[in-house]
Order: sequence, then C-alpha cells, then structure tokens
Amino acid sequence: MQKEIPGPAVISLLVDNESGALARIIGLFSGRGYNIRSLTVAPVDEEGLVSRVNVVTTGTPADIRQIEAQIERQVPVSRVVNLTAEGPHVAREMALIKVVSHGEARTEALRIAQAFRARAVDTTASSFVFELTGSTDKLDSFIELMRPLGLAEVSRTGVAAIRRGPQTI
Amino acid sequence: MSNTASAHPATKNTASLPGAEVLMRALQEQGVEVIFGYPGGAVLPIYDALFRQNAIRHVLVRHEQAAVHAAEAYARSTGKVGVVLVTSGPGATNAVTGLLDALMDSIPLVCLSGQVPSPLIGYDAFQEADTTGITRPVTKYNYLVRDPETLAETLHEAFAIARSGRPGPVLVDLPKNIMVGDAPYVGAGAVTPRTGKVRMDPERAAVAAAVAAMKKARRPLFYTGGGIINAGPQASETLRKLARLTRFPVTSTLMGLGAFPGTDSQFLGMLGMHGTYEANLATHGCDVLIALGSRFDDRVTGRLDAFSPDSFKIHVDIDPSQINKIVHVDLPIIGDVGRTMALMIEEWEAQSAYEHNDDLDAWWQQIEAWRSLDCLRFSQDQAPDAVIKPQQAIRRIYELARETERETYVSTEVGQHQMWAAQYFQFDAPNRWLTSGGLGTMGYGLPAAVGAQIAHSDALVLDIAGEASTLMNVQELGTIAQYRLPVKLFIINNHYMGMVRQWQELLHGSRYSESYSDALPDFIRLAESFHAKGMRATRLDELDNVIREALAHPGPVVVDLCVAEGENCFPMIPSGAAHNEMILGPEQEERGVQVTREGRALV
Repeated sequence: MQKEIPGPAVISLLVDNESGALARIIGLFSGRGYNIRSLTVAPVDEEGLVSRVNVVTTGTPADIRQIEAQIERQVPVSRVVNLTAEGPHVAREMALIKVVSHGEARTEALRIAQAFRARAVDTTASSFVFELTGSTDKLDSFIELMRPLGLAEVSRTGVAAIRRGPQTI
Repeated sequence: MSNTASAHPATKNTASLPGAEVLMRALQEQGVEVIFGYPGGAVLPIYDALFRQNAIRHVLVRHEQAAVHAAEAYARSTGKVGVVLVTSGPGATNAVTGLLDALMDSIPLVCLSGQVPSPLIGYDAFQEADTTGITRPVTKYNYLVRDPETLAETLHEAFAIARSGRPGPVLVDLPKNIMVGDAPYVGAGAVTPRTGKVRMDPERAAVAAAVAAMKKARRPLFYTGGGIINAGPQASETLRKLARLTRFPVTSTLMGLGAFPGTDSQFLGMLGMHGTYEANLATHGCDVLIALGSRFDDRVTGRLDAFSPDSFKIHVDIDPSQINKIVHVDLPIIGDVGRTMALMIEEWEAQSAYEHNDDLDAWWQQIEAWRSLDCLRFSQDQAPDAVIKPQQAIRRIYELARETERETYVSTEVGQHQMWAAQYFQFDAPNRWLTSGGLGTMGYGLPAAVGAQIAHSDALVLDIAGEASTLMNVQELGTIAQYRLPVKLFIINNHYMGMVRQWQELLHGSRYSESYSDALPDFIRLAESFHAKGMRATRLDELDNVIREALAHPGPVVVDLCVAEGENCFPMIPSGAAHNEMILGPEQEERGVQVTREGRALV
C-alpha cells in the first residue's frame, strides 16, 4: 500500500441548482467527518440551472477518493473533479482586508499593498480596505504582513479553481 | 378519472388533474399495488383520492415507523419498491428510523409525506416539520414539490432512483395545496430520471483479471452480501452456478443469507461477529477473497488490521463509494453483481484450466476440520421439565417450519435471537430473510412480518423476536388483527435485553445495568386482547407441541417461549478482536483453542 500522507485537495463539482443541493453537499462533509477549509458556490451556466461548488478539504489520498466517491453518488451532482490530483490548475481567492492605522504603519501598509498588487477599494483618513486576489498562500502572507500594521478585519471568498489548458470539468 | 393516460402511459399527457389524482396515476403507472400508511391532516386530499380508486390497496399501520418497516419487508420479499404514506410533522419524523434502516440495508422505498401548504412553510405551522432537511441524511434522495408542473416527473424519478443502482429510500414531501390544486400528468416514458451514473456492466478486463487471480487461488473464498439479493433472484442463481463451477467455499453476510442455499455443503454459514468458526477462520486464512455485493461492515471485519491479512481482495459492488471505504482491495469491479458473476463464469470457462485442485482439496479438508468443531452445538438438558435453551427454541422453530413444507418468510427483531435465527435458519432461496442489519433496529420484525404477509398472503410468515424488541412495535398486533394476517410471532423470552446483557456480562463485569425486562405483560392475554391466539411454553416437553400448534393455526399467534435467561450467543468476535480470536461456546471452548492453534499453523 502506498504511503498515505494527509494534504489539502481542491475538489470542484457541478450540481443541479435546486433547493437543498448545497445542504446535501455540506451535510455529506459534516455527517462523514470530512473537513471543509473553504467553500465557494455560484451558478455557472446560462440559465442558472447548474452551480459549481469548489471545496478545499484535507485528507489522505484514500480519504479524498472516498470523499469524491461519496459526492459523485449524490443524485444532483453531475461531475466531480479532484483538481489537486488531476494536475495543473489555477486556484484563486479574493479577500477584502481592512487595516486601521496611522503614521508610519499606514504608509508601510500601503507600500506592501502595492508590492502585492492589492487595490485600495476604500480609503479614509484612518483606514484602508484592500482588495487582493491570488492564491491562498499569497493572501495568507499578505494578511500576516498586515497584522502588525493595524489589521482590523478580513473577509475572504474561499477558493475558485479551474483546470489549466483546454480541458474542462 | 380519464383513462387516456393509463391506455398510453408513455405518452405525454398534459391534462390537468388535482395533484392527489396525479399522484394516484403515477403510483399506478409505477406498478404500485400496496401502500403502508397512516392518515393525518396534511394528507387528507391523498386519502380522499385513495378512497375513490380501487387499484391500490392501503394498509393502515398503527405507527409510521411500522409503515416503513412493513414497506421494507414488502420490498425485500418481492423485489418491488415499497411505498409509504405518512402525514406531515410527527408522521414524517416517526418515519425517520425506518428510512435510515432502509438506507443502511439498501432497500428500495418511496416515502410520500404530507406537508403544510406551501405558503405556510417556514411559519411554524401546525404539524410543520422541515422534512426534507430532517430526512436528507437518511434517504438516498428527497424532494419537496413546490411546483405542480414538476409533480408527476418528480414521482417517476423518485421510483427510478429508489430502484436503480444500489437501491434505497426516496422521500417526496407533498404540500397540501399541491395535492388539492391542479397539476399536469406526465407519463413515466416522458421522464429522463437522473440515474445515468449507475454502471451495470462491469469492465470486461477487470473481470478477466479477477478470474485470473481466482485461477491462481489455493485457498479462495466467496464473501457474499445483500447486493446479490438486490440484484434479483437471477443473481442468486448465477452465484450458485459460479460456486459449483469453481468449487470455492461461500460465506455470507447477515444481509446476504439465502442468496446461496444454507443447506449446501459449499456454504460455510455467516461470517463476522456471530459468524461460524469455519467461515471466520476461512476468511482469516484465505488467499483470494472475492467480495460480491458486500461492504466490509465492521460487524464482518472485526479488527481491521487483522482482517483477512494474507488475501488478494476482489470487490464487486455497484456503488463506487464502497470500494476502499474500509478495507483496501486489490481489484475493484464496479457493476451489477449478477452481471459480473455471469461474466466471471464466461471467463472461468474461457481461461486456462484451474490447476490448484489439490490445494483446493487441502483447503476444503482444513475447512472440514474447522467445521467438525460444530460451533453452533449447544447442550440442552433433555429432561421433560428442563428449562428451554433459546438456541433449542429457535432451532426447533426452524425445523418444524421446514417440516410444513410451506413457503416461509422469516423476520426478526434485533439482538441475540436475531443472531441465533441467522445461525440456525437455513434459507434455500433469496428474499425470505427479513432483518435489520445495518441499523440494528429493535422493533423491526413485527411490522416486517406485516409487510411480508401482505405481499405473500398464503405463505408462512414468522417473526423471531425477543420480549424487549417485541414491545417496541407491539401496536402492530392491531394491524395484524385488522387484516387477519396469520403471522406467527415467536417471542424468545429470556427476561433480558439479551445482547445488552451478554455484553455487560463479557465486558462490564456482569453489571446488568437496566437490561432486565421488568414488568412484562402477560403475552397470552396481550395476544387475546388483539384478537390473536396466545400460547406459552416454559419447559422442554411443551416446546415442540406449542410450535407445531402455532404453525398449524390459521390465524395470528403470539407464542411466549420462556427460555433460559443466561445464555450467550456464540461464537463471538468481541469488538476490536480479529477473526481468529473468536470466543466459542462452553461446548467448544477447549477444542476450539487447539483447533485455532492448528489453524494458525496451517493457514
């Protein structure tokens, strides 16, 4: 048996956009003791009949395969992909980060924001709201850097992910 | 009711009818003959529609949980989808245990629940419950019908989902206004249910690889489960052919009993916690394990790291999520188990001849040595006034029922009596054994007997019960009386929740905390108050006569069999132990240890 080391996995799925569909997916995770690190969901087709759910979870490769299989057997789920296992993919999230500070700290926050290509979407004399898009790691490090500079509030979207290249879900 | 749609059920008919009439028509088109249910405010329009038709029979139970168990047994014993009808709120919540029971044992059901009118949903209306929310984790799928346009389509899809792939319960929540208002009828032929993901035909290459591994086996074993029963009687036939052809031994889970004849010499009995010595040691010692429609339940595997440690494992299942869920398998095959076994037969005949007949003979000799321990033997004092052993009672019920040569269906409650029934009853056909396996629901057996007897009015239907379990759904004696169902309820009465008592004795220093059945009713008078015949046996010389008389009685009978209180069910693999660490009964203990050592040396 291969060595099974737990790690994060990005799972994307398409689900019929019906009442209770999201509860069904979330309930499956909580009922079977799987972990949800982040979750995004929104309709993705023209008519709004199909939603895409991106879940970041953790587990051994065997755990993740079991999670995929449990999602796959749900009636309204038409497609499940473990993007982490399938190869190169793009995973992005967006965060709104409020920093409240003055003087040196305020200038430093703005300088770091520029280095991260974060946009100041709201500015007052004592605060910034930065909008930052990128990988989870990038957002994490930006937030860490803001912490001593007056970090006041964070709102993150969770991961949206898609496979690289012409192949689709 | 217009008969245009029933004459052309596959054609789209957009004629609008009251929702309840659409429901009746959809049920008829789905071939429903019987509904088990209980009325209430939210389902009054449905009961009114039922009243005005004759095609579907309604069986009035005495509690909604019983409706579900009865429908489960109806489904299990006929292969059809069982149908339940309950009202909103408490009607639906009472059905929850039964729904989960059906989910765990893969029983096809459609449960129709009433709901308060849509405009009242969310306002804590009288008898309102978030039924789809409550039942989501206990059903294969569920619906709340909000739009009359989708009613007929939803009902057809519900049936298709219940019976497709790995079967299970589907709930359709029906708001009262949808049942009263008009809705278009659509025939089943015009609906494309979302069951397309089910894979029936296995990958041929995987089957060929499995058979190649089987050809190399020296100590093979078929480990068969309820999936074979669900795959239909044809699958049981195929299993028999496959076993004959290969000469491989066969063991079965609790749910699979009957798929292979219990009386056949190739059958090792049930495996697992209360499985036979030979079945468990064969599982432990085999070199190729072929799991057919079974799911490596913890009651089967015992301690996981010691489960069948040296075997190449092949797992055939229609549900991909069962593969590698508990036990890592070497060769998974996704598909219908009946079709897969049929392909295995083809491959077995096509591939080069089996070359290990000598090893297989040695394997069979080993199995016979284990079998000679006679692990289910018990000692019954033969004095006329001796206390009846529960094993004796159950074995005699089996033997005397067999003597009647009637088609026999057996339900059980949950506990020691259930395990003894699984050990002593030998079923020659599938769909005859009705028991709560995955969920272990006390109170399953009596309503299950109702469902089986409704489906098979001329058959002999037995409920092997305990006195504690019986009391959990004893109200169904009322249903039995109303429909004059000649069910034979045998209560193995040891004045204890026997399995709880057994675990307390073995694992909790004989501290029998709350497991004594105090203040029991007089079961004879209880029977009589429900218009049934009541009987009792308290000594050995009464046992056979009482059983014979009960079996011969044309109506319902409740038999109170007063048995020894302290008997334990053996063999037993204590939880956390391995298959070769079985606890044997007092009769086998000494020799068992020896054989275990020999067995370890040999396999």
